[in-house]
Amino acid sequence: MSRENILNLVLALALLAVPYIAQAAGQPFTITLATRIAILALAATGLNIALGLGGLVSFGHAAFFGVGGYVAGILSSHAFSGDPMLFGLPGSKQMLVVWLVAMGTAGLLGLAIGVISLRTSGVYFIMITLAFAQMVYYFAMSWPAYGGEDGLSIVVRNQFPGVNTMRPMNFFMICYGVLLVGIVLSALIRSSRFGAALQAVRQNDVRVAAVGISPMPIRLTAFVLSAMLTAVAGALYADLNRFVSPSMLSWHMSGELIVLIILGGTGRLMGPVAGAALYVIFEHLLGGLTERWQFFLGLILLATVLFARGGLIGLIAGKVRHG
Amino acid sequence: MADPVLSIQNLHKSFGALKATDGVSIDLHPGEIHALIGPNGAGKSTLIHQICGTVKPDSGTITLAGREIGRLPVAERARLGLGRTFQISSLAGEFSALRNVMLAVQAGQGSSFAFFKPVMRDRSLTDAAMDRLERVGLAARANVTASELSHGEKRQLEIAIALALDVKAFLLDEPMAGMGPEGSKVLTGFLDSLRQEAPILLVEHDMDAVFALADRISVLVYGRVIATGTVNEIRNDPAVRQAYLGDHA
Ligand SMILES: Nc1ncnc2c1ncn2[C@@H]1O[C@H](COP(=O)(O)OP(=O)(O)OP(=O)(O)O)[C@@H](O)[C@H]1O
Ligand SMILES: [Mg+2]
Repeated sequence: MSRENILNLVLALALLAVPYIAQAAGQPFTITLATRIAILALAATGLNIALGLGGLVSFGHAAFFGVGGYVAGILSSHAFSGDPMLFGLPGSKQMLVVWLVAMGTAGLLGLAIGVISLRTSGVYFIMITLAFAQMVYYFAMSWPAYGGEDGLSIVVRNQFPGVNTMRPMNFFMICYGVLLVGIVLSALIRSSRFGAALQAVRQNDVRVAAVGISPMPIRLTAFVLSAMLTAVAGALYADLNRFVSPSMLSWHMSGELIVLIILGGTGRLMGPVAGAALYVIFEHLLGGLTERWQFFLGLILLATVLFARGGLIGLIAGKVRHG
Repeated sequence: MADPVLSIQNLHKSFGALKATDGVSIDLHPGEIHALIGPNGAGKSTLIHQICGTVKPDSGTITLAGREIGRLPVAERARLGLGRTFQISSLAGEFSALRNVMLAVQAGQGSSFAFFKPVMRDRSLTDAAMDRLERVGLAARANVTASELSHGEKRQLEIAIALALDVKAFLLDEPMAGMGPEGSKVLTGFLDSLRQEAPILLVEHDMDAVFALADRISVLVYGRVIATGTVNEIRNDPAVRQAYLGDHA
């Protein structure tokens, strides 16, 4: 087993072990922290498909994260009130339904945003994805039906067949399970034909076109898949907080996801997990000491970019190996 | 004579005031190596770029196997059978040599929209790619990252990639450049046999290779074809001697 795989396994097991230890030690808040790590890691795993594999620096993934959150909030609020939604469809309290709707909605939004923004590259791509996300943000702010800037509460966490989701440990296990599925899917994508084309597009799209593969559909597909995965994380995040507000759609959120990936290791399978763990731990520890914790996070980010381009995974496991 | 595989008619391209391609017409016939020679900056690479689609011509037509391809995107032209190498090697730098060729094999097999099967366990990809590497003598370097290959090895890899496609016409932009005399000799022998697979439009400064290989030669100067003919005709053409060959002939 390669060094990176061992590290990946250790990370996965550690994230699983922490809430059990916290449970035994009577520290329920730590379970919430671990759940937050799992959800942010899932969101960043989604972004990593576009950013890490495809080199598409989307500064607008909060749009997909937030849309996932709003789908969870809106479906559950309609399920409670009994009022029909768009086209007379009923709401739902079922996570499985919520996730599917979140993926569908974010997929369509990703398609629309991708078709337009993928015509550009580099800084323009960053700016256009940011602009689209800001449009979604302001739309949510000014939409009173679903709380506008006050956001929308989820009275009771959505349900999962056979599980009491209100118990922190159970909800953690759901998030952890979904994260594992997300990681396995992204591992499969990475080593597949599609993944080969996507990574080649990042390295040299002229070469890819010269062998007869059109780069645009490859990029667009990656962008849409990436949006869909991030949206599921958004739905879970809304269920974790039992609340969704425009802040999930704000550019801070997009930036946070990019930061997670850089901290963990861009394009590394478990980079998002390592990054999310570092981020949440910093936030918790430094945040308890000083309100200026983001200043110190900035320093750490700077050090990572200057001295450890491969992030935490790169630091421990060395450079990426392509089979 | 049989219909040309690739036919370029009256192509024009200007960069501002500079006429990089000025009414160029060139045919490539089945089984032939057609060399394109000319001084630096004559517009040879620009012509190749227009055939492949990375540069848009101002006017003129390009037909491949009877089909007008002048307005198609790069990838579409490649799928129709244009196999090119770049004057400045253009590879997926982080991938191994093998994976670079595998990408071309995958493209030739059709869809890249398969999301679950690992490529490294797909014998139809690895075997075919290994076979192409063997043909260009690069098998021993299959697992070396492309960016770490030597200059000459990168040129060989470019050819291996082109071989992996279902090619109707090869467009090779200075494949010998930086190869060294021994490498050039081996490659000359290789290209000599390659013409049976598909005709080659060969841009090359190495005159020994050109004279050894070419069935016909076109001479490009300031974006214009000043002469087209057999090796002997071109060697003895006074205008060509003055514009390009000098005392080399
Ligand atoms: N994108 C571009 N914009 C402006 N000028 C260009 C561009 N590409 C090429 N040129 C100019 O067009 C002319 C032809 O260039 P080209 O690269 O085709 O020459 P070449 O015959 O391949 O030369 P060499 O033998 O040195 O490779 C040169 O003067 C070059 O500077
Ligand atoms: Mg050139």
